[in-house]
Amino acid sequence: MSTRISKAGRLLDRNKRLSFTFNGRNLFGFQGDTLASALLANDQVLVGRSFKYHRPRGFVSSGVDEPNALMSLGHGGNFEPNRSATTVELVDGIEAVSQNHLGSLDWDLGFINNFFAKIFPAGFYYKTFMKPRFAWKHLFEPIIRNAAGLGRAPSLPDEAAYDYFYAHVDILVIGAGMAGLLATYELAKSGLKVTLVEQKHYLGGYALSDDFEVDGVAVPKWLENIEKKLIDSDNVQIKKNFTAIGVHDHGYLIGCENLEVAEKMGRSSIRHRLWRLRTKQIVLATGAIERPLIFAGNDIPGVMLSSAALDFYKLYGVSPGDRTVVVTNNDSAYLTAINLYNAGLSVPVVIDVREESSGDLFESLRSMGIRIEYGKGIASVLGKKRVKAVELCSLTGEGSVQETIECDSVIMSGGWSSAVHLWSHCGGRLIWNDQLDTFLPDASKSPIDENGEDFIAVVGAASGSFWPSEVVQNVKQIVQKIQKKFKTSKVKSSSISIQEIKYGDSNSKYFTPEGASEKLKSKCFVDFQNDVKLSDLRLATQEGYESVEHLKRYTTLGMATDQGKLSNINGLKYLADFLGREINEVGTTTFRPPYTPISLGSIAGEARKGLFKPVRKTTLHLWHEANGASWEPVGDWRRPYAYLKKNETIEQAVSREVTNTRNALGILDASTLGKIIVSGPDAANFLDLMYTNMISTLQVGRCRYGLMCNENGFLFDDGVVVRLAEETFLCHTTTGGADRVYSWMEEWHQTEWWNKRVFIQNVTEQFTQITIAGPKSRLLLEELGGLDVSRVSLKPLDYLEGELAKIKARVFRISFSGELSFEIAVPSQFGLEFWEKCLETGSQFGISPYGTEALHVMRAEKGFIMIGDETDGTVIPQDLNLGWAVSKKKKDFIGKRAQERIFMNDPNRKTLVGLSLQNSSEKIPDGASVIIGGVDQANDNVIGHVTSTYFSPTLDKPIAMALLKDGKNLLGRSIEIPVDSEKILKAIVSEPKFYDAEGNRQND
Amino acid sequence: MKKYSAFALVKEAFNNHLGWGRAWRHAQPKKRYKVIIVGAGGHGLATAYYLGKNFGIRDVAVIEKGWLGGGNTGRNTTIIRSNYLQEESAAIYEKSRSLYETLSQELNYNIMFSPRGVMMLCQTEHELRAMKRTYYANRLFGVQTEMVSPMRMKEMIPIINTDGPRYPILGGLWQPRGGTARHDAVAWGYARAISSWGADIIENCEVTGIVREASKVASIQTTKGSIDCEKLCFVVAGSSSLLAELAGFRLPLESVALQALVSEPIKPVMDCVVMANTVHGYMSQSDKGEMVIGGGADGCNNYSQRGSFQHIEETVRALIETFPIISRLRQLRQWGGIVDMTGDRSPIISKTPVENIFLNCGWGTGGFKAIPGSGWATAELVAHGNPGKLAAPFSLARFVEGRMIDESIAAAVAH
Amino acid sequence: MLRFKCPVCNTVADETELSPGGEAHIERMGPGSSDDAFYKYLFERKNPLGIHFERWFHAYGCGKWFHAARCTKTMEIFGTYKAQEIKPPKHIIDAITKKRPNWKNE
Repeated sequence: MSTRISKAGRLLDRNKRLSFTFNGRNLFGFQGDTLASALLANDQVLVGRSFKYHRPRGFVSSGVDEPNALMSLGHGGNFEPNRSATTVELVDGIEAVSQNHLGSLDWDLGFINNFFAKIFPAGFYYKTFMKPRFAWKHLFEPIIRNAAGLGRAPSLPDEAAYDYFYAHVDILVIGAGMAGLLATYELAKSGLKVTLVEQKHYLGGYALSDDFEVDGVAVPKWLENIEKKLIDSDNVQIKKNFTAIGVHDHGYLIGCENLEVAEKMGRSSIRHRLWRLRTKQIVLATGAIERPLIFAGNDIPGVMLSSAALDFYKLYGVSPGDRTVVVTNNDSAYLTAINLYNAGLSVPVVIDVREESSGDLFESLRSMGIRIEYGKGIASVLGKKRVKAVELCSLTGEGSVQETIECDSVIMSGGWSSAVHLWSHCGGRLIWNDQLDTFLPDASKSPIDENGEDFIAVVGAASGSFWPSEVVQNVKQIVQKIQKKFKTSKVKSSSISIQEIKYGDSNSKYFTPEGASEKLKSKCFVDFQNDVKLSDLRLATQEGYESVEHLKRYTTLGMATDQGKLSNINGLKYLADFLGREINEVGTTTFRPPYTPISLGSIAGEARKGLFKPVRKTTLHLWHEANGASWEPVGDWRRPYAYLKKNETIEQAVSREVTNTRNALGILDASTLGKIIVSGPDAANFLDLMYTNMISTLQVGRCRYGLMCNENGFLFDDGVVVRLAEETFLCHTTTGGADRVYSWMEEWHQTEWWNKRVFIQNVTEQFTQITIAGPKSRLLLEELGGLDVSRVSLKPLDYLEGELAKIKARVFRISFSGELSFEIAVPSQFGLEFWEKCLETGSQFGISPYGTEALHVMRAEKGFIMIGDETDGTVIPQDLNLGWAVSKKKKDFIGKRAQERIFMNDPNRKTLVGLSLQNSSEKIPDGASVIIGGVDQANDNVIGHVTSTYFSPTLDKPIAMALLKDGKNLLGRSIEIPVDSEKILKAIVSEPKFYDAEGNRQND
Repeated sequence: MKKYSAFALVKEAFNNHLGWGRAWRHAQPKKRYKVIIVGAGGHGLATAYYLGKNFGIRDVAVIEKGWLGGGNTGRNTTIIRSNYLQEESAAIYEKSRSLYETLSQELNYNIMFSPRGVMMLCQTEHELRAMKRTYYANRLFGVQTEMVSPMRMKEMIPIINTDGPRYPILGGLWQPRGGTARHDAVAWGYARAISSWGADIIENCEVTGIVREASKVASIQTTKGSIDCEKLCFVVAGSSSLLAELAGFRLPLESVALQALVSEPIKPVMDCVVMANTVHGYMSQSDKGEMVIGGGADGCNNYSQRGSFQHIEETVRALIETFPIISRLRQLRQWGGIVDMTGDRSPIISKTPVENIFLNCGWGTGGFKAIPGSGWATAELVAHGNPGKLAAPFSLARFVEGRMIDESIAAAVAH
Repeated sequence: MLRFKCPVCNTVADETELSPGGEAHIERMGPGSSDDAFYKYLFERKNPLGIHFERWFHAYGCGKWFHAARCTKTMEIFGTYKAQEIKPPKHIIDAITKKRPNWKNE
């Protein structure tokens, strides 16, 4: 069984006992444990079920590459699925639950899939489930969907908080194993600013579990000394629990700092912190990842990587079992064997696929009297939910069993893959090294920054320097290179004496036995989580899925949550063997971020709820809120749609607001409309190019309705232009268009007509703009006192500047409602004061605020267009009967050339008309299609669509506008509007003017 | 070609599945073909398929720079819908969608077309009106869609947050027969079909030159030698401008990166595809259980197949607002594809300045859903030398005439 | 995330501060131009794999447009220059040819 061993456990504080639960069972661990080590210490070897066949699974690794031990943690708003237990630092009170089983972890009904494994090989679903046709969606797919997935989804919104940090870093060292620590130390010595990050909660990496000596002390002690020196160093910053997630262009690195423990202990309000780093130099010291060996039954709980077993033992004092069989193709598993043996555990045999071995570890093993079998392999592991025995066989041959050896755990090592992921994120190429049996960074094709310079260096195992003495040499070289790049003063690198250990050569065998029968192949797992077996790889290649990407996609190899960290290389080796090519020719798949999965919450960071696209607020926002506004999002703003009174529906409110404005007095917050000042000697000339209208002829003190088209000729914004002075214009834009129009003008000025002497300012937020509309609006202004707003002094489209109610104001006599109307702009700081004065003074005239919907109803009654309703990016002003606003005299304006193209002058273009319903009080549906002559199959009679439609309280009938093909010639004709399969509304085409067509009211 | 069926699977099980043959032949180029299609993505393979099926043209080579289906076909978020606003778009996408319905049976390859429904959210009054317009247009053009209320939406998609807070959901446009399919399988299924009737699929073969005689192309030069052809068709999405350059003309295209990501797999929580255009994000759940997430494209020209991380951030934020429970899920993978954007965001299926070169490109961010219809229309163009009704509106000439097919009103995110 | 040195305000700006503006140095075709010339101006793009002269807007910075020469494959930047340059200035061309001797400005 797996149990706690007293004499090991470097990371544990045995005085601090922690309790946690697994599937409801109360268990105990110690401070310093991971959830994985604590579970294993409680002999919880079975920890999960596989994705496809629901096979029982145990721990394979001790780190981020763990494919099996995925659990759900917490509950409610703190629930989290698919968390690998090997990456969870134990704290008191963790609630862990195993996943992906029907019934209990021990008795999983889903295991039934396993019995059908033979008819469910890789890609079986591409070959079946096709008949009858509906069955895929309604029968087979639901079964597959329910069987798939790992943990269940959280049911409540996340309670945790996330944030971002930004940092500029000279040198970022990633990985605090021996290489990373040493590189940091040496670089820091030369005065460089170094940040060292480590994904685990401790420093030291695999070296912390090793036994060799450095400078006369055991390596863990030596590492501890370096760590202390680094902590004392002013120019070094160390971050634990920090994973470098992705390297992006121009030296940009995304890192995720895991603060879960601090959060649980109340030391941090943040759960995960996303770091955005700009680096001048990245040093990858990311080490290597051990590969499994492939043999039948290599997925049975109790089979784990040699490095994992060593970590569990050395760091957490946990044994993998009482009797451990070792199977390996390299020396590293010897170290684990020696340690387990020294701990008093039984190691019945070390099975080595090599023909022989030499070196110091071999000598140690031999001197301990541990049995070593060379040139052998495992035919099969026996056991279901726990290893019971292994069957020894010859490496060559089909796997006939030579001996059955009882054991309760198996540790394996199939060699080491350098962790080169971050190198290739940003374009770095990888190259296979046969001798070292791993991909290595290809220094001739390194990732480059914006200057075309290398910015990533690689040290230690990640660069192929696997043994301690190599690491020291390698770090020395790289550090010198970086010192040169940063032109630091020469600092002698420390001389480090490493205990000389001789290691035997590894070999590249990755599965046993070499002639495995089809039956054995179907039990040899390559990707544990996704249940991809050797037989699946064989099938895929046999069927021609022999590009590495096809192989992955067809079999799902490497697509699991460990992202192929354990399985990809073995899969590639298989492919290379099959094709009889070198691995370099077969290629690797491109590694992409994230290096390990990160929470979506951390990606979103603080930009949630109120900080997700923050609302822009006018100076009157709070007033609206306090006075019953029903909000409508418009651009980044919110505008009152209508002001609701007690027991009033929205429709009633809108109707009331319209009627009150038409009959008495309405007031509207129009502050969101864009306000752009264009000034300078060439301002008039410049605006002639921006607008379709002639602006230069506008007189000072006058307003003009202007249209803006894009270079494609399409109308995109409109608004009133005011000539404030000879060389100064105020351009109003739509609410959504303010920033766009401002940028638009800047763009043309800076990039095309930079010789024009023009200055452009966006003053949208500097003014509160208020519309006073209705027959009594002049009375109100007169009552407020100040400017002379009489008919004579302030004619339609006139502009005056002065004081109203003792507040500095600009008054424009313009109307979007069709009523006598004044738009008044006051400096923002006086906005609320002025608004309240208007209401107070206006109460005698029956003033009432109105919202955007009432505004829209009134403009539609008048047949005024609304950008976004009557336009959709394909409409030119002529389509909207606005040809009068398109100058024929001007030589040029933006959009003019485009409007000369054939299609713009097509007589069949849709033009704007009004629609009046016959004998109906029903509102025409928004966006409805318009047909003429009944529905037919070919749809030839669809002539357009409804652009705006309202019930007009003024006229007490529905009104609508529509864009219809050849609309001008349809006036008076009857058209149809299909509402649903039965109902067709009939309407008469009219001019799009429903109320006061002569404009007497607004010109009063 | 061995027929795929449940029966065959069981039978093969007794034989350890040793009897299955190659899905498609790995061909070496012949000296000459009637038609060469450059690009073995979904659109190119579908073009070859319908050339053979509808026009009996089977002397065809599909050549591919990399591996079959390795471009945008294998990098998209697999959404299929046809609820387009403009008549021309609705026609070709609906043709495509209806071909998808029976494609598994037709190809004898389960491409897992799953009409699980596509929901497009309306989060402003403006968007609601625009969607209604699409709904009414769709009805008349035979695309089955309906408007749903926020309440009904909440019942259909329990994990959605209809209350905002930033952009409350005001309704949705629901296309029940939209859905998803297995993207790789679409390419593999077409490849298997055309290979079985003798068309050659030549992978790892890059076009290096185009040899013209007078106004026509005579042959192409490739990394596997020179190949003669009667007709040539470019179906290479983001690389279209590069091939056009070789052929001596330029295109109204820009290549930019579009990114997508998936979460780790979870048990089923969402059956349909949801697209939130106001906040820029869309999400569905794959059969494997991964939440498949996409958003808007990057803005700058890019051939690197990696985009900028801030676009991922924006997309994820938008979707956490829409589906708050996903915050604690983890991002498993992200990737990018190079998409070819036209001036009006609609595709190009067109003749070119060179008489016997034809062009299919410009699908931008939404090409997967169009594969069968696009192949159908392109085959017609190549076979006849002139576009049929489906392809005609998508000619290059439309840019000269100003006859744009602009869908931007209906979908800021065009998937 | 890319970063550019804005040649107007001389700060190094992250991509999030900037808006891309597509191909640079396209001559505007106004009224009087042929249909073909107008089409080319409005729509046709080089869209090269390699060096791209392009426009950027320092939207959340100094508010100025500028030009950049960037490789669309490696994201390497060969220099930035003012938006008012009607063709790439010599120092930019030199910077490119120094690193890519075979490159031709077509």
